[in-house]
Amino acid sequence: MNGADILVKCLEEEKVEAVFGYPGVAIAPFYNSILNSDIETILVRTEQNAAHAASGMFRVSGKVGVAAVTSGPGATNLITGIATAFADSIPMVCITGQVSSELLGSDVFQEADITGAVESFVKYSYLVKNVEDIPRIMKEAFYIANSGRRGPVLVDVPIDIQNATVKSFKYPESVKLRTYKPTVKGNAAQIKKVSAELLKAKRPLIVAGGGVLIGRARKELVKFSHEFHIPVVTTMMGKGAMPSDDPLYYGMIGNNGHPYANKAMKECDLLLMVGARVADRSVNQPDITVTNKVLVHIDVDPAEIGKNVGPHIPLVGDCRAIFNDLMETERSKEHKEWIKTLNGFKEELMPKRDPNPDYIDPAAFIEELTNKLPEKAIYVADVGQNQIWSCRYANIKGGDFLTSGGMGTMGYSIPAAMGAKYAHSDREVIAVCGDGSFQMSMMELATMRQHGLKSKVIVMKNNYLGMVRQYQHFTYDDKYSVVDLSGSPDLEKLAQAYEMPFFRVEDPAKMSKQIDAFLKSKESCLMEVVIDPMDLV
Amino acid sequence: MKKIYSVLVENRSGVLCKVAGLFSRRCFNIDSLAVGETDDKNVSCMTIVSSGNQRTLEQIEKQLNKKLDIIKVRTFNEEQAVNRELMLLKVKYNRTNRKDIMEICDILRADIVDMSKTHLMIQICDKPQKIELLLEMLKSVSIVEVARTGVLALPRCNESE
Repeated sequence: MNGADILVKCLEEEKVEAVFGYPGVAIAPFYNSILNSDIETILVRTEQNAAHAASGMFRVSGKVGVAAVTSGPGATNLITGIATAFADSIPMVCITGQVSSELLGSDVFQEADITGAVESFVKYSYLVKNVEDIPRIMKEAFYIANSGRRGPVLVDVPIDIQNATVKSFKYPESVKLRTYKPTVKGNAAQIKKVSAELLKAKRPLIVAGGGVLIGRARKELVKFSHEFHIPVVTTMMGKGAMPSDDPLYYGMIGNNGHPYANKAMKECDLLLMVGARVADRSVNQPDITVTNKVLVHIDVDPAEIGKNVGPHIPLVGDCRAIFNDLMETERSKEHKEWIKTLNGFKEELMPKRDPNPDYIDPAAFIEELTNKLPEKAIYVADVGQNQIWSCRYANIKGGDFLTSGGMGTMGYSIPAAMGAKYAHSDREVIAVCGDGSFQMSMMELATMRQHGLKSKVIVMKNNYLGMVRQYQHFTYDDKYSVVDLSGSPDLEKLAQAYEMPFFRVEDPAKMSKQIDAFLKSKESCLMEVVIDPMDLV
Repeated sequence: MKKIYSVLVENRSGVLCKVAGLFSRRCFNIDSLAVGETDDKNVSCMTIVSSGNQRTLEQIEKQLNKKLDIIKVRTFNEEQAVNRELMLLKVKYNRTNRKDIMEICDILRADIVDMSKTHLMIQICDKPQKIELLLEMLKSVSIVEVARTGVLALPRCNESE
């Protein structure tokens, strides 16, 4: 038995079903050992996408994803994926091969100081120096990644450590970390204060952030909202936390969200911010969260509380545990006036579009698509104009909505959808991207084909990097710089090359039937939606 | 505002880099930083002096607490702690100013620890303000080089400890 065998055994102990990755010499012992295991290996076409796939898998299943890549360029390619996960607090364990211990620091072939390079994007990292440490490190890595404020953990394993012989394997039952004890349960005195405010409030509002989804507290949120009669808005990362057809759901906040949701946040007298960072894109003036209202900030990470805005009542803990504790307190009465006001905002501030009839209107397309999606479908939005349209117009009822919110990493949707599909082969999984973001990860169509991951891909095609074009339209008087995407491949031919059924939606009259056919297909198919290049979000 | 952070960390390679990286990435100031082992060989103590507004100083403490290699963070103001810093400085002297230099050292309780025919080395261990004062007083003399440790601090003795 060697270090690589031990690594694989640790993954088995953690009930890991699949590893997303890319091999190379420095990780070769690991990929040799994994042949003796039932753990599936999925070969992505570039390392960054291994991390995105692991992220997609976690977000729909709650199982920590694993990415394993080689040293040097393999490891550095992974960084964007790790940073994306870190920004959205997605747990994952990344294993990187490393050059032999005695060569560390001498700039040999494919050596990169990866633990140093990822320091500001990981929750923690290890450089394994002793083969005997592997079980403890792996146990800690999974525990650290998936507890408290979740996030990626990197384990860098030199090749000589992977090849080192070990006599026996024993996986530790628990971790002993004197420096790490995340708070789960909310402070009872603080909960009492929140309860008092809940009874006093006339216009309460919950802002649900990504933490509600990552903390697996959707059911608790809906129950709490219903029993305490509190309307809910979400951030972009929180989209899907509350079904979009719930009568108490009032849209997404933020400069790209629904104006009526922002208005609700401004006008409420009690704001419960749950698992949200009060980041610049969701609340561009943090002061409005405290003006003329009481702000309760609930977060598992004490450093997020008071970072962007000083709340009246800070409450540190896991949001599911806190919702459960709040459920034990006295119910507040219905707020009929407030609901009426909110419905008024919704009517008055519903975004109005003036679509170009010669093209497919992305808003109408997304609405129709999401209304037709089967229950529990998974919608993965990429980054760009398509993301904003998706956030605004996708109706997510019982399924999931995934996107890269914190980092805004283009190319996230296809690999993340792949990971989601791996976790739930029975659920419809659709990646919706623009023609820019599609070309950042279209190489993964091969991975999908090779591994039978039948997620579907929709490309909103406008031959522009639309979001930047729009920015240049407003900021630089239509002086376009480096946003023209001519030269892009013919997607129909590309679909043929990968043997995928293809749909081109360009006639609004035929859109509905084409969506039906697309959803009916059992194969992973590619759909091109031709939209107005001059459209604005 | 100034704040002193006394930070107990796991004595492992890379920890100093992680702490320093945290300060630079989040644009926190480091006025001074001193590191050394404690009575426990597995634990090092970092004394970091930083300045900023209330919110920044609070964030520094919270962000430090998030780092997994950090065992304990204590913060205090200058008046709540005994602060000491060590400085070595080398000056060039001549016949006319040698006495003046020695007198300044005497008054400020600095020691002359090395000497050649042209140069003197002065050592002072005191509060940072005193060290600044010595530098100020020796401005007219030609200072060749200076090395300072940065502030070390421990909270004042307390009977309840």
